[in-house]
Amino acid sequence: MTTRIDRRMAKLKTEGRPALVTYFMGGDPDYDTSLSIMKALPGAGADVIELGMPFSDPMADGPAIQAAGLRALKGGQTLVKTLKMASEFRTGDNETPIVLMGYYNPIYIYGVDRFLKDAIASGIDGLIVVDLPPEMDEELCIPALKAGINFIRLATPTTDDKRLPKVLQNTSGFVYYVSMTGITGSALADTGKVAAAVKRIKGHTDLPVCVGFGVKTAEQARVIGANADGVVVGTAIVNAVANVLGPKGEKTADPAEAVATLVSGLAQGVRSARLAAAE
Amino acid sequence: MDKPATPNSFRTGPDEQGMFGIFGGRFVAETLMPLILDLERHWNEVKNDPDFKAELTDLSTHYAGRPSKLYFAEGLTKHLREVSSAKGLGGGAKVYFKREDLNHTGSHKINNCLGQILLAKRMGKKRIIAETGAGQHGVASATVAARFGFPCVVYMGATDVARQSPNVFRMKLLGAEVRPVTAGHGTLKDAMNEALRDWVTNVEDTYYLIGTAAGPHPYPELVRDFQSVIGTEARAQILEQEGRLPDTIIACVGGGSNAIGLFHPFLDDKEVRIIGIEAGGRGLDGIEHCASMNAGAPGVLHGNRTYLLQNSDGQIMDGHSISAGLDYPGVGPEHSWLRDSGRVEYVPILDDEALEAFKLTTRVEGIIPALESAHAIAHAVKIVPAMDKDQIVIVNLSGRGDKDVHTVASMLGMEI
Repeated sequence: MTTRIDRRMAKLKTEGRPALVTYFMGGDPDYDTSLSIMKALPGAGADVIELGMPFSDPMADGPAIQAAGLRALKGGQTLVKTLKMASEFRTGDNETPIVLMGYYNPIYIYGVDRFLKDAIASGIDGLIVVDLPPEMDEELCIPALKAGINFIRLATPTTDDKRLPKVLQNTSGFVYYVSMTGITGSALADTGKVAAAVKRIKGHTDLPVCVGFGVKTAEQARVIGANADGVVVGTAIVNAVANVLGPKGEKTADPAEAVATLVSGLAQGVRSARLAAAE
Repeated sequence: MDKPATPNSFRTGPDEQGMFGIFGGRFVAETLMPLILDLERHWNEVKNDPDFKAELTDLSTHYAGRPSKLYFAEGLTKHLREVSSAKGLGGGAKVYFKREDLNHTGSHKINNCLGQILLAKRMGKKRIIAETGAGQHGVASATVAARFGFPCVVYMGATDVARQSPNVFRMKLLGAEVRPVTAGHGTLKDAMNEALRDWVTNVEDTYYLIGTAAGPHPYPELVRDFQSVIGTEARAQILEQEGRLPDTIIACVGGGSNAIGLFHPFLDDKEVRIIGIEAGGRGLDGIEHCASMNAGAPGVLHGNRTYLLQNSDGQIMDGHSISAGLDYPGVGPEHSWLRDSGRVEYVPILDDEALEAFKLTTRVEGIIPALESAHAIAHAVKIVPAMDKDQIVIVNLSGRGDKDVHTVASMLGMEI
């Protein structure tokens, strides 16, 4: 059973370039604006969309994504609305993979079986749930795989060779390599070390390896993309939204346009990655 | 929810996955997972190591002042017998206080901190981080960090920094860096988030000294074991002083470390009624309380599954309590399991009731209790008059109330 993620990653491989994976916070600053951002992403060059599910206590996120989550919750975003956002997006785009990213509690409260059924109906292809390590696979990972949804696991610098097989065991879609120990939005790690880590992970799996945490500019996307199968950008996109919001949350410019401008630049970086590597 | 089958013993948890029934577990980011497994490995090594035990016992005795006394609260007992007589009941059980307030640093928190700092030392860690609500755990952490020469960073909600300024000053004197957390409502939950963010960033050298019996496995187990000295002593002391076990034991529950410490050694004494007291705040009808087991639902936060105050979308609520130490929207997972299994009753006490108990204890016993502990005393005040004179109640006096005098003064409309 292949998903949109598998098909998209296979296609990009034949094109010889890495994927641009874009994270944005669902419902930030409100539902309609957020949906317009989502719809603008593929045209601007995003290959995979990570749709953030806001949570009151995002323990692995830095200040930018924390603030985005709070804006979304204040704007009335719920898991029900995040799923609705995905299905509205799907009416105009049936190809771009959508990965839901967030924390477990809202899914647990919604009910795992009901969540998986509704996620499939909404056109969701994969899940990244930060606080579900392989030790807790029975909770959601195994049911998701059975339902045909990819469960994308994070591998980190603390995931050593001994542990890596456990992390990769039930992973599908792609592997998300977290470039550093830390929270989202920190400074990018030593790119040489990141390249070595990607190589190490590829020694254990045939899955594509995407790298995130700390990638903010087209140049960084180009350098990381030289070795990885995908580059994930999150905080920079969330900041692009925040930058066009005034002190009371009022829009000073079109957030979708601001995000599209940023993503277009990142897409150019990603598209020139392998050329750079070949030089 | 289905009630779990009654086990042969209530003292065998958690299982190898860190679960107490459906509660507990290890719900953490992958970056932290290897650290938690490493902690578990070291914990399993030391928990039966006689050298480790001897070092901890020596420090508990000579540094912390253990064993803490089991004190017959004669003044409170007399007062509650008068209340009983006035109601025409003619009863009133004997009330004992387990005097954790007499420990070094003024609360039970030192028990856990001494255990964990020795563990950190064994693991070769170089830096200590901690979260704190009332500041009691922050002070205890800063104390052991000073004693063992570790740099220490304490995360504390900005709201709590304001309402617990004496403890903030104590921590600074002890050499700790106090980092105020402004996220959320700036209370304990937000401080814990920030401590976890620090830990996920500084994985190489940092030991996270969690202050309560919650968080990812093995924290709930190891904090409980370090705090069980309370119940182990109390059980032996009451047998010596009264020649029998108590009828009822009572402790306040925020995260629940003083309570699990008192309760655990009594769990298989079927004749002992065990009651945990949650912060009822301004009442369970609204959202201004912290009674997660009376008014919350099971969910996943801070590494474990447990009862949480949350909305229908699974977003965590902030809660409220007059006492900063009970101001937490969750509870240790073992308490959640003990609740569902029916072994322990969990009852709310309101802010006003705790305040009355605070004043009463100060007046009739000459002991100023922590507002947290005053919640447990308040429940004794409620139930003791209806009990028989030959019955015995032990209340865990988990901490002293000096830190709370500013809060109480402002509640009473006084300036100090």
